[in-house]
Amino acid sequence: MKRGGLRTILWFGTVLGMIYLLGACKPLQRTGGTVSTTGDIPVGVYLSFTGSTATFGESTYKGIQLATEELNAQGGINGRKVALHAEDDRSDAQEARSAVTKLIQRDKVIAVLGEVASSRSLAAAPICQQNRIPMISPSSTNPDVTKVGDYIFRVCFIDPFQGTAVAKFAAETLKIKRVAVLTDVKNDYSVGLAKYFKETFTQLGGQIVVEKSYSEGDPDFRSQLTAIKQANPEAIFVPGYYSEVGTIARQARELGITVPLLGGDGWDSPKLVEGAGNALEGSYFSNHYSHESTDPVVQEFVRKFKQRFNGEVPDALAALGYDAAKILFDAIKRAGSLEPAKIRDALAQTKDFPGVTGKITIDAERNARKPAVILQIKGKQFKYVTTIQP
Amino acid sequence: MEAFLQQLINGIQYGSIYALIAVGYTMVYGVLRLINFAHGDVYMLGAFVAYYIIVGLQIDKHPSVGNFVFVLLMCMLVCAVVGMLIERLAYRPIRHAPRLTALITAIGVSLLLENGGIVVFGADPKYIPTIIEPAQAGESGLFVSVGQMIMLVVSLVFMVILRFIVMNTRFGRAMRAIAYDMDAARLMGIHVDRVIALTFALGSALAGAAGMMVATFTSVKITPLFGLLPGVKAFVAAVLGGIGNIPGAVLGGLLMGVIEAFVGGSALTTYRDAIAFLILILVLLLRPSGILGKAVTEKV
Repeated sequence: MKRGGLRTILWFGTVLGMIYLLGACKPLQRTGGTVSTTGDIPVGVYLSFTGSTATFGESTYKGIQLATEELNAQGGINGRKVALHAEDDRSDAQEARSAVTKLIQRDKVIAVLGEVASSRSLAAAPICQQNRIPMISPSSTNPDVTKVGDYIFRVCFIDPFQGTAVAKFAAETLKIKRVAVLTDVKNDYSVGLAKYFKETFTQLGGQIVVEKSYSEGDPDFRSQLTAIKQANPEAIFVPGYYSEVGTIARQARELGITVPLLGGDGWDSPKLVEGAGNALEGSYFSNHYSHESTDPVVQEFVRKFKQRFNGEVPDALAALGYDAAKILFDAIKRAGSLEPAKIRDALAQTKDFPGVTGKITIDAERNARKPAVILQIKGKQFKYVTTIQP
Repeated sequence: MEAFLQQLINGIQYGSIYALIAVGYTMVYGVLRLINFAHGDVYMLGAFVAYYIIVGLQIDKHPSVGNFVFVLLMCMLVCAVVGMLIERLAYRPIRHAPRLTALITAIGVSLLLENGGIVVFGADPKYIPTIIEPAQAGESGLFVSVGQMIMLVVSLVFMVILRFIVMNTRFGRAMRAIAYDMDAARLMGIHVDRVIALTFALGSALAGAAGMMVATFTSVKITPLFGLLPGVKAFVAAVLGGIGNIPGAVLGGLLMGVIEAFVGGSALTTYRDAIAFLILILVLLLRPSGILGKAVTEKV
């Protein structure tokens, strides 16, 4: 090769490397396994059964399954059973779009349940809206999700409320004044939650001493944590997903940071303490429900869930999946028709539905207004601390 | 000052991992003029081998120095074999093809390992159970965890050993001879294929060691795409130090780690991952031969 060959080959490598990196961020298409049982009313489900937030999808689907099996055991809706069509989006927003397209075009579903992660719900919602198929997100809390259009609903609270709830808890119950914030920049949920937390916390007289960010998949958070430690906060708000929070907590402790961490419902996973070990002891996060609640509706759900899934205790995502499916079935019954437009209208009129995660009323923005609970991690278990009303 | 030193320690520690991976890139480039994009995925394999051995044999319940050395050596062995297989099956058949062919093949091998990893290991993240509980520390001072210390020391030991192998053994001399002129080396009776295979084995073993240590001591989540970003960053480190130059790769790796630590701790924290590419572009524009690389005209 001629003079300057090194430069040429390195440039080539750089460009190819970047193309390849972009490609690898969106792994090649793979057909999701369709879990199909014979039945009459096709309902679509798209969730993350694999990938970085796999437990979100698994838990939610168990809740949906339980609700569907109960309904079908009681004879279904007007004698017609519900058949679930489930697609795996592998924790990837792009995959979520193709999963929903498949459900609508191939499986001809009349309504869609999903996703947990706001980024994925935001990616798929426009497709449901265009096709005029009602979509109910069980647990996407970013406010923009239901703003996509009038066919998009959710059965959980939204981040302006969740952020406010954690901020109130920090300022009024924990009585702390100085908080550091560590956000996942690639995650709509995390960025939104951090924003609302900061707004309320500063209004309540608190101070955000330092703000840092990371991106999902980073192995090392020490540089951000070192800067946070320097600012000497009384708590660190980490509105990320369980997959990184454990590592963050561990590395924080290794750097001598002893203050508690605070988080949102993205922490809710049995894998959280697996990654964290003892590093999260004494930390708090907000959630949609506590299985320790004495409410008979909750106790009945926990009992049925344990019976169905080998004694597993349902997490909040399972409860929300259950509620989302129940609300959909209720709307189909009230609509008296399988026409998506009529189901949509019935969904919009949902009022005081006795859900496991609280009484659910769908408001004009198609959101649910519900209380949040604060849980503390103690002995690697999630313990109920308090409830914060909207 | 304290924060400065702490960031420096963080950076050097993580940089030593980049250095271990970068050395593999640079050695392969040295002998074959090939950028082995699959190298980051060998690092990923090292992490998975560590996971399966530790969880399978329940080593997390019986931590001891001997057990760690055993896991480390197993990871290195498996990765060395995989590295040699990659060379034998993917690169050797096209050794005399144009360079672009080899480069594209390397990307293919990388995609194969990543997506094959998704099939074999599954896409859900795995965690190696916490082995060393973080020590409860006091109010001030610098913090270096036991895991960080181990990573740094082991990396340095490997680099010294590598330096010895390359400079003081027959194999090392053969490797350098091939890097200088492959055809002349063959004429001198050097078994070129064998030396190239061993070069892959050596580089892959170091990447495997890096993967094992990161997975074991930082309790990070392990996924089949685990090697992607570290691999690319290590490649940038190798270019920064001067690709083909082993001390350059070490220097580039350490610099890369330190720069990232300071960017991560500064107000520009969001751009932490972007900085690697900025460095790459700057190096290519200003000094494509890297810091320690010689700006030589390439041989024919």
